[in-house]
Amino acid sequence: MANLSIIDKLKRSKILDLLQEGKRIDDRALDEPRPLVIDTGVIPHANGSARARLGDTEVVSGIKVQPDKPFPDMGDKGIFICTAEILPLAHPSAETGPPQPNVIEIARVVDRGIRESGMIDLSQMVLQKDKSVIGVFADNVVTDHDGNLFDACSYAAVAAIITSKIPKWEMKDDKPVLIEDQASDTPITTIPISVTMGLIGEFIIVDPNLDEWECLDARITITTNSDGNIVALQKGGSDGFSLEQLVKCAELSIAIGKKIRDIIKQATEGSK
Amino acid sequence: MGGRETDVVLLDENGIRSDGRKVNETRKVTIKVGVLKNADGSAYIEFGGNKILAGVFGPRDVHPKHMSNPDTGILRVRYHMEPFSVSERKNPAPSRREIEISKVLKEALEPAVILEKFPRTAIDVYLEVLQADGGTRCAALDAASVALADAGIPMRDMVCSCAAGKAADTLILDVNNEEDQAGQADMPIGYMPNFGKITLLQLDGVLTTDEFKKCIELGIEGCKQVYEIQKNALREKYFSSGDNN
Repeated sequence: MANLSIIDKLKRSKILDLLQEGKRIDDRALDEPRPLVIDTGVIPHANGSARARLGDTEVVSGIKVQPDKPFPDMGDKGIFICTAEILPLAHPSAETGPPQPNVIEIARVVDRGIRESGMIDLSQMVLQKDKSVIGVFADNVVTDHDGNLFDACSYAAVAAIITSKIPKWEMKDDKPVLIEDQASDTPITTIPISVTMGLIGEFIIVDPNLDEWECLDARITITTNSDGNIVALQKGGSDGFSLEQLVKCAELSIAIGKKIRDIIKQATEGSK
Repeated sequence: MGGRETDVVLLDENGIRSDGRKVNETRKVTIKVGVLKNADGSAYIEFGGNKILAGVFGPRDVHPKHMSNPDTGILRVRYHMEPFSVSERKNPAPSRREIEISKVLKEALEPAVILEKFPRTAIDVYLEVLQADGGTRCAALDAASVALADAGIPMRDMVCSCAAGKAADTLILDVNNEEDQAGQADMPIGYMPNFGKITLLQLDGVLTTDEFKKCIELGIEGCKQVYEIQKNALREKYFSSGDNN
């Protein structure tokens, strides 16, 4: 790893020593994600919301639903936009200002998992073809940063979307008019779950915490849908994977994704 | 890849694609080395309809200074599309997409470049997409690694790149723009051929685990073909008789 401080180098050698013995710095198994706690309905002003706590990483996701113009080449579909931000209170290193490349990457990877899985049936969100559609905005804010923001943001956003309601609009004089008290469930087709794995030396670890995150050689985020198919994927970090390692990661992401999907399903069931 | 509705037949009954290729065939790739006078290393690639210039500067002083690292050199990559490179004019300011691609390309090149030899310096790679036709990040990565070699930067290996994907329920090599828009999956792959290491990997679209494995294997075949073209391009400049190694 190129850009490590001395402390990080010491940490890395400690983490690697432990991995040689099959252990992790927080006593987890290599393929064990941190405990995930999802609370839904945490922001009543939003159309859907969730707080995800993955170990000590915490993300709040709020869904806003409002009429918007469609994308130029997709007049027959609603729009979906996903953002992410690391709030300055989340970590001493977090700064205010325009989003840095690493944060843009998080937002785009979370967005891709949800979009490519077709989680929201956007074809049901057209008010007037090519003119006016319903937009779903998923804004994720990191409130506590202990590594693996990809999965924490993704779980929060997915849980928030599942519990969200779509208000009803009707077109009057070419303008959408809100019809009060007629919100319906968001049309959900599948539940995409991302699983991020890190490579340190020869070891693959699931859901790295911040200590591990800072000395990863490379990482990969694989998103799977409810059918157990891969729907999106992103490699990051300054090293590469072998084909065998990638196949192992794909299998891990399906097995772990299934467990996480169950947790999210359970957490969101009551609020539908 | 929402599998958007389209009139284009992506694969005909003879297994021929919309641009006349077979499923396991790449588009035509040509690379020229040393096309810029001022850059320390440069390359120009035509990958199907993609036309991309790569220029490398460095190792050189780091500005801003706080970015420099006393233990190692740093690699900086900027991927940028010209406003005229796509059908509708693109805003020239870097988009979120371009910032993300710059980052993944940097991370795809880093494993190959021996940066430790140049502490407190930066190596800057500028990638300018003059015309885009699907698969620009792969083509840009191919040109970047040739330009780095042309700049005389010590490297462990080349990085070669090609996408594989799925259209009309068939796995295909080197996804073009139409197949990207209307197909089912697009997976750009960057590969260090002498290490067997995959350094760029992204996926949009749906694949089963089995298809995922096959898709990587297919993509790697494409990468290896590009690798030969990269080597030949470098030979062309440095051993112009062309028959040396």
